[in-house]
Amino acid sequence: MRKSSYRLAAALAAVALVVAGCSSSSKTDTAAADKSLEIFTWWSAGGEAAGLAELENQFKAANPNTEYINASIAGGAGVNAKAVLTSRLEANDPPDSFQAHAGMELDGYVKSGKLEDLTFLYKEQGWDTIFPADLIKTLTVDGKIYSVPVNIHRANVLWSNPATNAKAGVAKDPATLDEFFANLEKFKKAGIQPLALATEWTQAHLMDWMLLATLGPDAFNGLFDGTTSWTSPEVAKALKNFQKALGYANKDAQNLDWPDAGKLITSGKAGYFIMGDWASAQWQSEGLVLDTDYTWAPAPGTVGIYQWLSDSFTLPVGAKDRNAAISWLTICGSKDGQDAFNPKKGSISARTDSDPAGYDNYLKAAMESWKVDRLVGSTVHGVNGNNALMAAYNSAVGKFYTGGFKDTAGLATDLAAAYEAGKA
Amino acid sequence: MATLQKKRLTSSVGGFFFVLPSIIAIAIFVYGMIAWTLNISLTNRNSSAVKAPKHVGLKNYIELMADARFTHALSNLLKFTTVFILGTLISGFIMALLLEKGIKGEGLFRSIYLYPMAISFIAMGTVWRWLLNSSQGADAGGLNLILQKLGLGFLQNNWYISEKGSMFAMTLPAIWQMSGYVLALFLAGFRGIPDDLREAARVDGASESKIYRYVLFPQLSPTFLTVLIILGHISMKVFDLIVGISGKSYVTDVLAVYMWQVTFDITNYAKGAAIAIIILLMVAIVVIPYLRYVNKNEEYR
Repeated sequence: MRKSSYRLAAALAAVALVVAGCSSSSKTDTAAADKSLEIFTWWSAGGEAAGLAELENQFKAANPNTEYINASIAGGAGVNAKAVLTSRLEANDPPDSFQAHAGMELDGYVKSGKLEDLTFLYKEQGWDTIFPADLIKTLTVDGKIYSVPVNIHRANVLWSNPATNAKAGVAKDPATLDEFFANLEKFKKAGIQPLALATEWTQAHLMDWMLLATLGPDAFNGLFDGTTSWTSPEVAKALKNFQKALGYANKDAQNLDWPDAGKLITSGKAGYFIMGDWASAQWQSEGLVLDTDYTWAPAPGTVGIYQWLSDSFTLPVGAKDRNAAISWLTICGSKDGQDAFNPKKGSISARTDSDPAGYDNYLKAAMESWKVDRLVGSTVHGVNGNNALMAAYNSAVGKFYTGGFKDTAGLATDLAAAYEAGKA
Repeated sequence: MATLQKKRLTSSVGGFFFVLPSIIAIAIFVYGMIAWTLNISLTNRNSSAVKAPKHVGLKNYIELMADARFTHALSNLLKFTTVFILGTLISGFIMALLLEKGIKGEGLFRSIYLYPMAISFIAMGTVWRWLLNSSQGADAGGLNLILQKLGLGFLQNNWYISEKGSMFAMTLPAIWQMSGYVLALFLAGFRGIPDDLREAARVDGASESKIYRYVLFPQLSPTFLTVLIILGHISMKVFDLIVGISGKSYVTDVLAVYMWQVTFDITNYAKGAAIAIIILLMVAIVVIPYLRYVNKNEEYR
């Protein structure tokens, strides 16, 4: 009896919620113009939230009569947000625009017909010529583009601490894998943990870079269109390199989240850290200074290659406030919008014509590279493979790592299976 | 007489209407949802792109059996369940045995041991994530540091990140949380045994240990079964504790976490539903015999 009365209370609460939801949505339907705009993100704190607030301000200035509703759900990389989003989309109750990594991560939404084609907006705004051609090529699925990239992060960055470098006698940032491993040895001799590493996805992040560095951009891209075999000797060599690098990493990696691993660098306990450039934003928020407390270089073996990932906004089919959403997307893709958002977020504008004035030295350098480098997508951050591929990719690495990183052949088999899982 | 019957009738009808909302709610939100999930698990809704799902029989279940990640999660879950149930039973039972004597400040001890129950699994997971830090030696923290300070440094451990022992480490917080509850159940069991029985045994000249062995313990078997069922179904469904401590890592994968990932991250609804049904069946195997047993006993009374 007691249990069932709890159930009843829960059911009543659920009904009350549904009723409340209906009444609020009918309010917006009766209005002729869009009264509100609901934006769904996982940017709820720090520089991300500050960047989002800049976009919000621009939207409010352009649409003074539209109420802006921030439906952000906390949780790094959208771990919690994605489940909520999935259920809302399944229930045909989409937000007016939601955040997603640009690239194949959108594949599921596209195939299930949840997203509107935005090619018209690209033509209208001239984005098809302002965004780099490599980026447009990756965003295009069967001739259509489904999202507007608001920023670009770089995944293949090598972070180190000038003081630690000096202590270990490392004079120059490594440009090749050989130099990289030689420097790791130097750190080891100086009694410093050579490589900083954190939980499962950062291990996959490290492997993703190692595949790119060993195979080169063409063969790396081939891994995801079927022209390079996952069980080829080249991949085996890359995985051996990965295995070798793991041997230099801290043993408690699995306990750490990436900011903890980052602290190993800034506190001088570890030598190198392969991480995306959000690390820089994180450290600056902790009051650390670029080039004094930490320094960067393109990850070895990938100099002249920009392994990118991008946060983008979409237009779901059936968005209640479609006009307001299009106005939002226009701001997201605009020069003003991106140049206001990105310095706060610690990323660069996806546009080739952005104004470097508001950005810090790292980001200025990244902007230069973005214009001239070869662009290759990041697997762990949604560019090269869909969610099914990424889940299997990460768990293959997790399995390899917890098994004491011995079985590179088994890893190759699991990765091949991950690629197949992504195709299904 | 007639008025009395009328009164009884209205009160039973009134009673029926009173529970009707909860009957409806359970019919829809429990059994309806189970049927729905079962139905999805038999279709080919293997991605969100499937517009018109077709029934494919047991295909999803058969594929699961060949899925290495599923069998990994299942074996992890069985390891966890075995150690968790044994550990909680033993520690809870011993604590109940100690308190049963009616020592001074029993109420205080009872509340202290029960407090962990008041913490949600997810909050506890976060704290134990720190406690079970695998760093050793100079960097040690949490349990490893405590062990060092106690001079038990050789017991330092990788805890939940070790390949073989991860699930056993996971049982530590679960045992810590649930033993107080088991203690309370067993204590109630002990208290439910009439004093006459003990006295009669004493009169017959039974020693104190014999009284426990032959008089009290047999009386506790219904409590024992209840505890087993409660722990068993909690264990099969374990999710928040695992996610709180190690997220969706491969090393500590269990069925509920894998189900979440398959359903929401990969949007393979049919496969996710199949995993959910398997969890349900595993819980049912534990719970249904118990419910039958309880119902039979109640009828008998």
